[in-house]
Amino acid sequence: MISVGLRRVVVLAAVVVACVLPFVLSNFRLFQFTQVFIYAIALLGLNILTGFNGQISLGHGAFYALGAYTTAIMIDRWNIAYGWTIPVAGLLCLVIGFLFGIPALRLEGLYLALATFALALAIPQILKYFEHWTGGSQGIVLSKPRAPFGLKLNPDQWLYFVTLGVLLVLFILAANLLSRRTGRAIVAIRDNPIAAQAMGVNNALYKSLTFGVSAAYTGVAGALSAVAIAFVAPDTFNVFLSITFLVGIVIGGLASISGAVFGALFIQFVPNWAQDISKAAPWAIYGIFLITFMYAMPRGIAGSLRLVLGRLARLSGETRRVA
Amino acid sequence: MTRRNIIALALSLGVGLALVARLAVAADMPGVTATEVKIGHTNPYSGNASAYGTIGKAIAAYFKKMNDEGGINGRKINFVTYDDGYSPPKTVEMVRRLIEQDEVAFLFNTLGTPTNSAIHKYMNQMKVPQLFVATGATKWGDPQNFPWTMGWQPTYQAEGHIYAQYVLKNVPNAKIGILYQNDDYGKDYVKGLKDGLGDAAKKLIVMEQTYETSDPTIDSQIVNLKNSGANVFYNVTIPKYAAQAIKKTAEIGWKPLHLLNNVSNSVGAVLKPAGLQNSKDIVSTFYLKDPTDPTWQNDAGYKDWLAFMKKYYPEGDLSDLGNVYGYTVAQGLVQVLKQCGNDLSRENVMKQAASIKGLSLPMLLPGVKVNTGPTDFYPIEQEQLAKFDGERWILFGEIYDASKK
Repeated sequence: MISVGLRRVVVLAAVVVACVLPFVLSNFRLFQFTQVFIYAIALLGLNILTGFNGQISLGHGAFYALGAYTTAIMIDRWNIAYGWTIPVAGLLCLVIGFLFGIPALRLEGLYLALATFALALAIPQILKYFEHWTGGSQGIVLSKPRAPFGLKLNPDQWLYFVTLGVLLVLFILAANLLSRRTGRAIVAIRDNPIAAQAMGVNNALYKSLTFGVSAAYTGVAGALSAVAIAFVAPDTFNVFLSITFLVGIVIGGLASISGAVFGALFIQFVPNWAQDISKAAPWAIYGIFLITFMYAMPRGIAGSLRLVLGRLARLSGETRRVA
Repeated sequence: MTRRNIIALALSLGVGLALVARLAVAADMPGVTATEVKIGHTNPYSGNASAYGTIGKAIAAYFKKMNDEGGINGRKINFVTYDDGYSPPKTVEMVRRLIEQDEVAFLFNTLGTPTNSAIHKYMNQMKVPQLFVATGATKWGDPQNFPWTMGWQPTYQAEGHIYAQYVLKNVPNAKIGILYQNDDYGKDYVKGLKDGLGDAAKKLIVMEQTYETSDPTIDSQIVNLKNSGANVFYNVTIPKYAAQAIKKTAEIGWKPLHLLNNVSNSVGAVLKPAGLQNSKDIVSTFYLKDPTDPTWQNDAGYKDWLAFMKKYYPEGDLSDLGNVYGYTVAQGLVQVLKQCGNDLSRENVMKQAASIKGLSLPMLLPGVKVNTGPTDFYPIEQEQLAKFDGERWILFGEIYDASKK
């Protein structure tokens, strides 16, 4: 295990670097990092469900879409400030995720994966069906928010900080949730549901709640993406998005909070690199990256880093003892 | 002064000068230097719409030819093209990369209706030309609200009108079944047909079916259409699904009058994979010369195109109309750049694009001309009908002009 102190230093350093970036990088790069943060929130949501609780979802793109459209419709139709729409999107996804979690209780493992997959398949058509609200296939075009209070930040810098702030709050909340009683119960259900029940854990309630929280995280991410891209359209939220999320948490590291950030970096940047390497077969290159990562880091990026840092810590511990 | 200091000084001076030089250029004409003009482009090279990828490759090949011949007004074209997989957020990201990082002069022929919609507002806020977009939606010709965006090919609605007239004139007791892609593109085509049919639309259209670009097949839609008793099939699909539709109609023995949208009438990309015999008697519209049509064997424009393909894009499919499209739209841009002369500012690019008068391009059908004006952002508005005879498209009837109602 890495000491708590070391972990704090690493996290603090990462936050400091993240706060300096907007003043060093171009607006385009900032936009890319804003997307990384958004993906990281979505991935953390999925990781709580799949990594920690052991329920596979192939349909989190649906909650991402729900969050995005909640925000887009509230801004576009009712002129509500985007800041208010983000918690609303989260709450709505919490409730719907919880409700979806109840029937999902009867479905284990791969069957749940299929049920959520159906959700992912259905969402673009559902969005087009409610054309009056969603603008149908035309989607909804939004305006980028400007920095308030006369802050001297351009829209990209401001959005970057908003997203970073939401990310930090949600990550701290998740860390607290998962390191306490509730978190232990969530993990116990994954490892051995019968034993968990024998210990007095209400499996049904915890699984549904986990589904709700997970959906809420992904919904908040979707809401932020609507603000950042300033456009929502049904074609954005296809099955591929849901699968990309699953790729992200596996590559980043299952059941790891920091893994969400690494996974987000992967799904944001690796497809672009793949394209730079070969225009003819970018997805083949992407596939090679994917296989290499899985082969070299079977526990994801976060898992491998933990291993390396742990060894370093042990080494320095030993030298200290010798000296 | 030590050697290290000298190197440091030289380096910083060099970087400083380079920056100044860059700024001086960026001040008036971004993406333009004395020897180069940088042009941005997005295209689906991967994903369900990747059949269009060849357009981007044909354009790149044509610019290479232009560069080999010395460029335009002494400037070479630096064509930067990225894959967006037909996904709107990816298009936004790639377009921001093109404009903010690569600092291209303007965007050219970005492909797709949802993808162009996602960047429409951004381009007009940034005041960067979004020139000759590769989509036939009607909304691209709106100079009043979007003065930085311009279409290229005939609009989908205009094409729908032609089919409507053809059906009204030639098919008594028509019962029309429609299959369309559930988005702007599909709906534009359907609107064009309905407008063209006028009051008769309600009576003549017996069924409408839709599909999503994420659907693996459209087989069940075809079966439904057959069962509706339709004797006219209005097929508004992109290449992959068009090929499936043609195959499936033949498989289940449905023989309607098959009206295939121009988007998917490529012999190489659609009819061949679907089976040439299955494609017999399909009717479609054209504004480009079909490279598989022997009528053009001795046509100078076709011969030039063929020579170009062999030299600059040898791996390209000679029966794929996408390669003619890319070649022609690239020539349209070259005309704009020529008209611009030495002033390649974004304002002037837009101004010149909006003042093309009666331009004939070698691979446009005889009689079809490119025309634009300050209030006319629809460059090509003329088309002709053709029927597939099992081997090639046979043109028939008059040239239809959508700008004259």
